[in-house]
Amino acid sequence: MSQQVIASTAKKARKLSAPEIAEIEHEMTLYPDKKAVGLEALKIVQKHQGWVSDESLLGIAKYLDIPVADLEGVATFFNLVYRQQVGKNVILFCDSVSCWIMGCEGIKGHIKEQLAIDYGETTEDGDFTLIPVPCLGDCDRAPVMMVGPDLHRNLTPEKIDSIIADYKNK
Amino acid sequence: MVANPLTKNIDMSRPPLDIAAYEANDGYQSLHAIAKGLSPDDVLELVKGSGLKGRGGAGFPTGLKWSFVPKGENSPAQKYLVVNADEMEPGTFKDRLLMEGDPHLLLEGMIIAAYTIQASKSYIFLRGEYTVSEKVLRNAIKEAYEKGYLGKNILGTGFDLDIIMHTSAGRYICGEETALLNALEGKRANPRAKPPFPQVSGLWGKPTIVNNVETICNLPGILTYGVDWYHGLTKGNDHGTKLFGVSGKVKTPGCWELPLGLPIRELLENYAGGMQDGLELKGFLPGGGSTDFMLPEHLDIALDYDEIAKVGSRLATGTMIVLDDRTCPVGMVGNLMKFFAHESCGFCTPCRDGLPWVDQIFRDFENGQGSEKDLQILHDHVTYLGPGRTFCALAPGATAPLGSGLKYFKEDFEKHITEKRCSYKH
Repeated sequence: MSQQVIASTAKKARKLSAPEIAEIEHEMTLYPDKKAVGLEALKIVQKHQGWVSDESLLGIAKYLDIPVADLEGVATFFNLVYRQQVGKNVILFCDSVSCWIMGCEGIKGHIKEQLAIDYGETTEDGDFTLIPVPCLGDCDRAPVMMVGPDLHRNLTPEKIDSIIADYKNK
Repeated sequence: MVANPLTKNIDMSRPPLDIAAYEANDGYQSLHAIAKGLSPDDVLELVKGSGLKGRGGAGFPTGLKWSFVPKGENSPAQKYLVVNADEMEPGTFKDRLLMEGDPHLLLEGMIIAAYTIQASKSYIFLRGEYTVSEKVLRNAIKEAYEKGYLGKNILGTGFDLDIIMHTSAGRYICGEETALLNALEGKRANPRAKPPFPQVSGLWGKPTIVNNVETICNLPGILTYGVDWYHGLTKGNDHGTKLFGVSGKVKTPGCWELPLGLPIRELLENYAGGMQDGLELKGFLPGGGSTDFMLPEHLDIALDYDEIAKVGSRLATGTMIVLDDRTCPVGMVGNLMKFFAHESCGFCTPCRDGLPWVDQIFRDFENGQGSEKDLQILHDHVTYLGPGRTFCALAPGATAPLGSGLKYFKEDFEKHITEKRCSYKH
């Protein structure tokens, strides 16, 4: 995958949808200032759009009256805010120490083989994106990974095959 | 009497107890005790007397931390309690169990802590990846509001409390309490300069206590069963029980609630079942990725804050990562260095530039290109990234497995240099 510039180049903001605005407005009741809701708004938009495009980022910045540079700084700081388009299912693959001891490198190799993608890449059919993630806190059942919101434990190459097949059929 | 106050309601083969079942097993008793006239100062004295130390890693006395919050009419009216549920220390898997297994225990503890410091708002700062914890906690919060344990004038005490769920968007540095506060405020999660400490000037400049999930979960027991009971739980010098975990190539990895003070050997051999067949214990990190290695010769040391400190390591999160004799120690330390390099927030130079340098050297060792000079650079970084030289504790945390790894597994490092390869790879 080619290197892409991760910076807001959009000239025109996307108008946030009514459901997005409703959720952002709800978050505003929980925090004493608008800036705090910026990160929440990024997550809300990502939930609806799958990722945060430059146009969306600009839309949020306008809506909350936060400087674009500040919001961009936040968006690029956090692991789980996607500033590039991701696949239908994001695989968060744990490669921290307990999973490493339990052989996650071999499991990762198998995923790479089966899906023909490496970290940061998306399959051609747009079904999966593979991203490494710090320790998922399930170390007694290592190796582990998440696919979307679901945790998968005690991974083996055979398990990977059936997990991939399951999500493809969803 | 209850011997496992943290896990007595936990059975992961079924959903967690609902509020009625939780109450039937002594749950929310502490709130009724408060309603009968226990003042915030009374609770503070109980918690101080219990000797409870923070379970997030640093082991600071909880009552003492709370006592720094300004009190009285001249103090800021708004105070905050923040629960650090951002479990991300490599090899640590204890808070997940508590939240998924018994959410009301955390909520009851939060109400106690918030009442003590008179905080009317509390945020749970939860890891975004902990989707099950989020669902379970949101449901429990709803039940607690319906029952009148949250909201306005709780049980007629005049005390109000709202609990707000914040799911994080990632980054290990959010576990550092001032970085966490910046993240909650919607900023980049860089740590803040201390002083002022959060207890005085924290979230939006207001007095704030940040406590770990497991610390908070200790509170209901202390109020319900009393300080004497709490003191009776331990087998060592520090008080209470603790969640202990073992991961790596042992027969039965897992997480158990045990009294503080048991020998490490008992955890490893009786609970984790000992090493897998054909493997020998080579070393272990006693409490997550930021702790110093310990060796088989340390197995009879007690699982206690002070005892483990005597051999130069830390109990920290209490979740042990086991290194066996067929896994490369250089590779294990290298994996940790990659993690710390990736998770540096980039704010201060030694951490931002030093950790990637260390990481690169480990990659060179892995590929058989490590040299004596590299080894010296690694040793130098143990000093340059150590306590007092960086803005926060992230890089000093990384020097714990680095420095101890260099010391205890010297021969393995040397072998990578002389053989120009990793001899653990077949």
